[in-house]
Amino acid sequence: MEIILLFLLVFMIIGSIIAIETKNLLSSVISVGVVGFSLSIIFLMLGAPDIAITQVVVEILILVVLIRATITTDNTAIEGPRDTFPFVSSLIFFGLFLMFAFFAVQELPKFGEPLMKVSKEYLRTGAEKTGATNIVTAVLLDFRAYDTLGEATVLFTSIIGAFVILRRKGRKGKAETDSEKFGILEDEDIKQNFEGF
Amino acid sequence: MDRLEQEIRDTSKGMTPIVKTIVRFVMGIIVIFGAYVILYGHLTPGGGFAGGVILASAYVLLTLAFGKEMGLSKMSNMAASILDNSGALAFVLIGLLGFTGGYFFYNFLPKGEPFQLLSAGSILLANMAIGVKVTASVFAIFMALSIFGRIIYKAAEGEERESEE
Repeated sequence: MEIILLFLLVFMIIGSIIAIETKNLLSSVISVGVVGFSLSIIFLMLGAPDIAITQVVVEILILVVLIRATITTDNTAIEGPRDTFPFVSSLIFFGLFLMFAFFAVQELPKFGEPLMKVSKEYLRTGAEKTGATNIVTAVLLDFRAYDTLGEATVLFTSIIGAFVILRRKGRKGKAETDSEKFGILEDEDIKQNFEGF
Repeated sequence: MDRLEQEIRDTSKGMTPIVKTIVRFVMGIIVIFGAYVILYGHLTPGGGFAGGVILASAYVLLTLAFGKEMGLSKMSNMAASILDNSGALAFVLIGLLGFTGGYFFYNFLPKGEPFQLLSAGSILLANMAIGVKVTASVFAIFMALSIFGRIIYKAAEGEERESEE
């Protein structure tokens, strides 16, 4: 099984390199999809169906949204030379990370033999304490519900951000100067220019 | 001929009638599956987040196939934000009701028999609250990115024009 896992991991790395390096934005988005779907297969093989379901569904939705967002812009090709300074500095930091990770990984428990100090307690008493037979939900919404609240807050904040940045109508008065500066399109313009959208 | 038939034959917006007919058949199944994943989250794999995203993907499918008017008529931006906020508030309220038993997020309802739908106390309620919240918020993000993404379009166009000059 570990060979298949390694194969999938290499596949994901190749997919992400293609996603960064390719010129076409649409193929880049599809290569990102390769990473997500391989990850969901890995979750399924490691016995985590809850996360695998979530990963598949979110990946499909993200792909649809990204494809929808990329095909509506003309800007599908990235041109121009790559900056050298960010590339070199990220290489240096990646090397430093590998060096420290080499020492840190030796201290971690082996693959397939996790530390079970807290988990054992959850597995033993989870069903009778919460009444839920799906132990993942029992942990998420009972033992660790506080973490789930934080997760919900993250989602909530991201939506506020998306609505603030992407909304079409601004405040009265300010909207006019904004449309001169950034070129916000009105509905008539859109109907004329982008009939296919 | 009812209104939906007319909507399917109308080729001016959305995708082709083939896609629309298939979406009409598949729609109910997706919604039932999403509701099942949310409601049985404490018994089988799944839960509020996964089920909510499945429900949201049903709305996204409807919007892609029938055009944005149909999607917005089923759930408008205002409805999405109201559902989003009420889902989040309901989840916090379930947490606060835990103080009746002692602490935040205490499971204050009776546990019931295992493998029954009405069991596990407040976990079912919390799953439903998260499901509603995630459905509304993922659909709202889709709408925000795909329908009011016009500002980006114009800005990208302007940059190209400047670089040509």
